[in-house]
Amino acid sequence: MQWEIVIGLEVHTQLSTSSKIFSGASTAFGAEPNTQACAVDLALPGVLPVLNRGAVERAIKFGLAVGAHIAPRSVFSRKNYFYPDLPKGYQISQFDLPIVGQGSLTIQVPTTTAGQTYKKMVRLTRAHLEEDAGKSLHEDFHGMTGIDLNRAGTPLLEIVSEPDMRSAAEAVAYAKMLHTLVRWIGICDGNMQEGSFRCDANVSVRRPGAELGTRREIKNLNSFRFLQQAIEYEAQWQIDTLENGGTIQQATVLFNADIGETRAMRSKEDAHDYRYFPDPDLLPLAIDHEWIEQIRGTLPELPLSKQTRYVADLGLSVYDADTLTSSREMADFFEAALNEVPKEAKLCANWLMGDVSASLNREDRDITQCPISPAQLGGMLKRIADGTISNAAAKEVFKILWNEGGTPDTIIETKGLKQMSDVGAMEAMVDEIIAANPMQVAEYRSGKEKVFGFFVGLAMKASKGKANPAQMNEILKRKLAG
Amino acid sequence: MSLSINDVYKVARLARLGMTEQEAQTAHAQLLNIFGLIAEMQAVDTNGITPMSHAQDISQRLREDRVTEHNQRELFQAAAPQIKKGLYLVPQVIE
Repeated sequence: MQWEIVIGLEVHTQLSTSSKIFSGASTAFGAEPNTQACAVDLALPGVLPVLNRGAVERAIKFGLAVGAHIAPRSVFSRKNYFYPDLPKGYQISQFDLPIVGQGSLTIQVPTTTAGQTYKKMVRLTRAHLEEDAGKSLHEDFHGMTGIDLNRAGTPLLEIVSEPDMRSAAEAVAYAKMLHTLVRWIGICDGNMQEGSFRCDANVSVRRPGAELGTRREIKNLNSFRFLQQAIEYEAQWQIDTLENGGTIQQATVLFNADIGETRAMRSKEDAHDYRYFPDPDLLPLAIDHEWIEQIRGTLPELPLSKQTRYVADLGLSVYDADTLTSSREMADFFEAALNEVPKEAKLCANWLMGDVSASLNREDRDITQCPISPAQLGGMLKRIADGTISNAAAKEVFKILWNEGGTPDTIIETKGLKQMSDVGAMEAMVDEIIAANPMQVAEYRSGKEKVFGFFVGLAMKASKGKANPAQMNEILKRKLAG
Repeated sequence: MSLSINDVYKVARLARLGMTEQEAQTAHAQLLNIFGLIAEMQAVDTNGITPMSHAQDISQRLREDRVTEHNQRELFQAAAPQIKKGLYLVPQVIE
């Protein structure tokens, strides 16, 4: 009998503000311990939180990008738990009245066939603002724990999905789309190594059509690969447990990347009794229509809209459109290059996803650090499109543009890379070849068509690789036919 | 809703408050009084009234996103019982 895997994700995105959500301390990453923890972050007596407008703006921006309702009035609550990296003894979060309501995200899920995807809509339950906790360091302190509160009070937007995903691949596609989107609209830098984008996965299994099974929550997955591995391991573990007659207990689990396994955390039974209540230090947050509309005006065209446009108007495949919209910078580069050769979308996509991406990968750069500008690439593509250079010559031009710069036309001129399309000259070459190889000509004429390759080789050699291959083939065929 | 003495101990444990039996008894009696007051208020008909989340019926002012605090680690850590390499040291906690 089949099992169905059910996954919902909670993603913590660190908002890209300069200062913290409730204090004026810096959020810059990598500072010396506790040098960016002010009196508010340390919960010294008498301090009061004051909400950062930049954090609210970013949350609204996200809500608009996923088509969600923005609450005209939302409330901050205290989530109470005791831990040394949480000096107040509670985290300021949002509970029953979050800033962002229900929305949705459309994802493209890769199938096992390379280049094939299917489309799926994932519903978002809500997104709410909250503060991050500090960091506990357990090593090297002889039975003590070291606490760094630089991260305490960093603004987070927790984005919660419905349990709409049915495989690790769908969960990863959703997380990647969300990752693209938050960077696209500029609310989060998306740096997963620095913890700016962290996923918790709620995983359960059930017989298709049955009620939802008991879920276990995998905490703190900070790479797409770990997300995939952890869900696959966890789902299989649950299936094995149930098939062996066991039951699943609701639990929080951690993924150990070294051994690729999930393990339940030891927790006291009442550890999750958070005793939420509205924070009396913070008045309700009011957001008026005018503010929402002003932020809506700053939203760029979103990835999904671009994807749809690339497929419908430019005739690209869904896979190409998806790849070209993997980041806003990539899409901008594509559109700028396409501007030079408006009718050559496929050619442009192929070069960007092929030679450009491969070269960037090789040098560990991203598209913003590409040594070739969109205008240079577009200028070169224009010369492929109008037949001035062959694909082979284009690779040569590309290499020079990448390493030395310059303009495509000058490179083509000075390196003599122009395709030969002088029919008379090519015909003369072919005549010479035919005269010099009577035996092969006889073979060809008696029906041995594979000898044709031999003539193509000679002809290309004679033209020093510059002959337009299609034209040269046509001349060869005509002359050899006799 | 009635509150048992065990509820008092549970809440105290969650808040990491040590309580003697006498203190728990006192807190229990005080909390029962508060609960009594809540019960009285819950008897009032509030149909059609939007619940308030704060005693003041105004909304909060926002702060511009600017760094206004500078490093005062030395000052703050002067009051800490134990520090090392810029970190606050606390009794070990491992989940």
